[in-house]
Amino acid sequence: MRLHLAAAALAASLATAPAVADDWQATLDAARGQTVFWNAWGGDGRTNAFIDWVGDETARRFGVEVRHVKLTDTAEAVTRVISEKAAGRDEGGSVDMIWINGPNFLAMKEQGLLHGPFVESLPNAAYLDLSPGAPATVDFTEPVEGMESPWRLARFVFAFDTARIDVPPETMAEFVPWAEAHPGRMTHPDPSNFMGATFLKQALIELAPDASALQSPAGDAVFAEATAPLWAWYDALRPNLWRGGAAFPENESIQQQLMNDGEIDIAMYFDPAAPAAAIRQGLLPDTARVFVPKGGSIGNVSFVAIPYNAANREGAMVVANFLLAPETQAQMQNIDVLGAFSVLDPARLDDAGRAAFAALPDDPALPRLDELGPTLIEPHASWMTRLTEAWADRNTR
Amino acid sequence: MRVAPEGRGLRALVLAALAFGLIGPIAAGLWATARAGFGVMPVIGATEASLAPWSALFALPGLATSLKVTAFTGIVSTLLSLILALALTAALQPRLTGGRAARLLAPFLAIPHAALAIGLAFVLTPSGWIARLLAPILGLDRPPDIALVGDPWGIALILGLMLKEVPFLMLVSLAGLTQIPLAQHLAAGRSLGYGRAAVWLKLIVPQLWPLIRLPVMVVLAYALSTVEMGLILGPSNPPVLAVLLTRLFFAPDTALLLPASAGALLQGGLVAAAFALLWLTERALAMAGRFWLCRGGRGHGLDPILPLARGLGMIAAALGALAMLALLTWSFAWRWPWPAALPESWSLRAWTGAAPGLARALGLTLALALATTALSLALAVAWLEGEDRARSPRAPWAEALIYLPLLVPQIGFLYGLNVLFLRLGLSGGLAAVIWAQALFVFPYVMITLSDPWRALDPRLARAAASLGAGPWRRLFTVKLPVLIAPILTAAAIGVAVSVAQYLPTLFMGAGRIATLTTEAVTLSSGSDRRVTGAYATLQTALPLAAYAAAFLVPALLHRDRRALRGGGA
Repeated sequence: MRLHLAAAALAASLATAPAVADDWQATLDAARGQTVFWNAWGGDGRTNAFIDWVGDETARRFGVEVRHVKLTDTAEAVTRVISEKAAGRDEGGSVDMIWINGPNFLAMKEQGLLHGPFVESLPNAAYLDLSPGAPATVDFTEPVEGMESPWRLARFVFAFDTARIDVPPETMAEFVPWAEAHPGRMTHPDPSNFMGATFLKQALIELAPDASALQSPAGDAVFAEATAPLWAWYDALRPNLWRGGAAFPENESIQQQLMNDGEIDIAMYFDPAAPAAAIRQGLLPDTARVFVPKGGSIGNVSFVAIPYNAANREGAMVVANFLLAPETQAQMQNIDVLGAFSVLDPARLDDAGRAAFAALPDDPALPRLDELGPTLIEPHASWMTRLTEAWADRNTR
Repeated sequence: MRVAPEGRGLRALVLAALAFGLIGPIAAGLWATARAGFGVMPVIGATEASLAPWSALFALPGLATSLKVTAFTGIVSTLLSLILALALTAALQPRLTGGRAARLLAPFLAIPHAALAIGLAFVLTPSGWIARLLAPILGLDRPPDIALVGDPWGIALILGLMLKEVPFLMLVSLAGLTQIPLAQHLAAGRSLGYGRAAVWLKLIVPQLWPLIRLPVMVVLAYALSTVEMGLILGPSNPPVLAVLLTRLFFAPDTALLLPASAGALLQGGLVAAAFALLWLTERALAMAGRFWLCRGGRGHGLDPILPLARGLGMIAAALGALAMLALLTWSFAWRWPWPAALPESWSLRAWTGAAPGLARALGLTLALALATTALSLALAVAWLEGEDRARSPRAPWAEALIYLPLLVPQIGFLYGLNVLFLRLGLSGGLAAVIWAQALFVFPYVMITLSDPWRALDPRLARAAASLGAGPWRRLFTVKLPVLIAPILTAAAIGVAVSVAQYLPTLFMGAGRIATLTTEAVTLSSGSDRRVTGAYATLQTALPLAAYAAAFLVPALLHRDRRALRGGGA
């Protein structure tokens, strides 16, 4: 028995590469004919079109259809998986793949609602930097552990209208004097929304006495100490916000609409290409441009995850793998298509891959990566929850 | 004598269908929500019954304000809608009968709540249409920073609710009037020297009230629990209760499902309290009113109410029409920045860009609308025919039963209902969505069809019976053809209700059944007015086509039968 195991281990170690290939061929075979229900936020027409393109390609190449289940909030898909678990439907679930973000990932991982680890079995994972601590291995400081696969980069940026503003604020602290000089001309989404909370986190990282404390769970004392300067800053800012800080847009796209309507002069996004895309869609003035605070801005990786009870698990893996192909990522980063930055490690690309990225078109409203400054790491997920609650405690009566 | 068992069989069948199809699911849904509200939700690891969800709920910042605004907007909008609807009915009644009224009201009934809210927000907001027209006159280079929409009092929300509810209440009032010997009472009142408004207030409204009480309660329950309108037109910090709960239900932290469920129960309590208030007001008015009636004042001072109502009604109609026109214009716009009164550039992209999805969504929406409406209509006809055969009026409990799905806030039972459907292996399919939508379509079909059905001249059926026609033949060859106009009107309303369903379609369809409404909500997340405009136009066009059919088909079928032509409802 022991000998048998040892032999098997030896065989496996000798034949790792072919074994992965064989396993992957088995996945491809099982996936053929499946229809993957990809649950993803449906509020962005260009992302929707890209998902449609992905589905056309996977159908053509692998016989895997993709149906985009458009969500208004990622938590809808989480709730759906939870109610399926409540009803005892542990197989044949209705959600095959989710475009997921940190807090929802944490909730699903903790509740055992995810399938995996699966990332390392994807052939195209070879193009990723998965060394310990690399951005694609942590999500809101939560170790990914192969339970979700990256597909696009997210960076927090502001947009402003150069026709109305000469010099945007250079730091988060400078928003206070700026708003004082331009009362009612800026706002942020409600912090119960992802983007509103990110705005607060961006300020927190800049203003906290010790930013490294944000990488651990937020205890009471630590939270009070780290957020004291934030609240002082916010209390000074709030009276000069749009509507006197008494009302807030529901999400980033409503805020963008306010900017397009001329009600405010600053919008915010979690995608540096979003303003350029919005201009092309006629949703922002041509004069809109991106800016980030001097010290850099929060960045993270967007992932896709597969629920534990997914009916078309193999198909979902094929789609996740296709999303990581260099040509797919180059197509995605093309501003004529979507413009979202690639998650691949340029050092791991071959010449053809590098050439595909080098050939991408430019756009005056599209910032270069080096203009965006350093990427700030997301605080631990508990900070977001606590910030949202504390903000409501202080500002909702 | 042969008739009785048959009638009983039909009634038993209808009751069984209702018990299993309607009450069962709602009760199961409420049960799951109630358990979660008291801390029991095994799937997220909560197994101990406790009051913790309630203390978490009441610890939410701004809950008290949210409750106040919800109660204020819900009650005030219902009260104002009722007053305006009755006054308008009184003011316009002589010229507004049957089909003409329905034709005038149809667009307002057809447009979905959310679409009207988005259009109205664009008309009213400081950077909106009215402000853009005024900007050059007032010399504004930036929109004024005033909360005209999303104001802390919820005035914009009240206005939006009224634009939808006044036409609905007018429709049910006009239908109710067919039950009252209106012309005789008006003539008797006038001959005794009462003013026009006073006749209505003293003679007609007290008789009409029992006939429209339940629809008013439906309006009240809706106003207290609307998510879409609250989100678009209501205050944001804190929002109305239903929006607050939706945020909790969809928060990343799944532990918040417990206080969210407690909040859903609170929402139900709020609706129940509002019903109690309505009942108390009714009693108090009945007592005070008797005294007031006996004093015998002729009330000529009341007459200016009628032109005032007409004026207000015209303003409301103009606002509603502007809101719809705004959406239509946006759907053909490309750039339309402040302060341009008309789009800077035009484009068909909102239509063509969404075309593939649009066609599929249109097909599914149509199929769902036809299926739910046919199902609801069949059930309604069976119920009403059962009543006829038993020769018994409807018991109050039965009346309440029909309205149950409209009186209980959706958010309070949809989650639990979804779990039940999943256990039955139904969720995610068309059948589940048809079932869930029918819960809300059936009551509206019943509301619209009941009164014309009862108003049917009983001598027709008796004449047919004396000629030897059995009960089924009387139903299919006499009653249904004669009632074709109101049946089609009920069907049109059913189509409108089905098209507008958002949460039931989303929950029961596992997000896979993409209808015009779910697409419109997710695609735009409420913010690309051009896409919203395209979808909203179709969302409105579909029920409007149904209304048009409801007017045209009887006119064609009965072109040589004058009394059968006018839409009775």
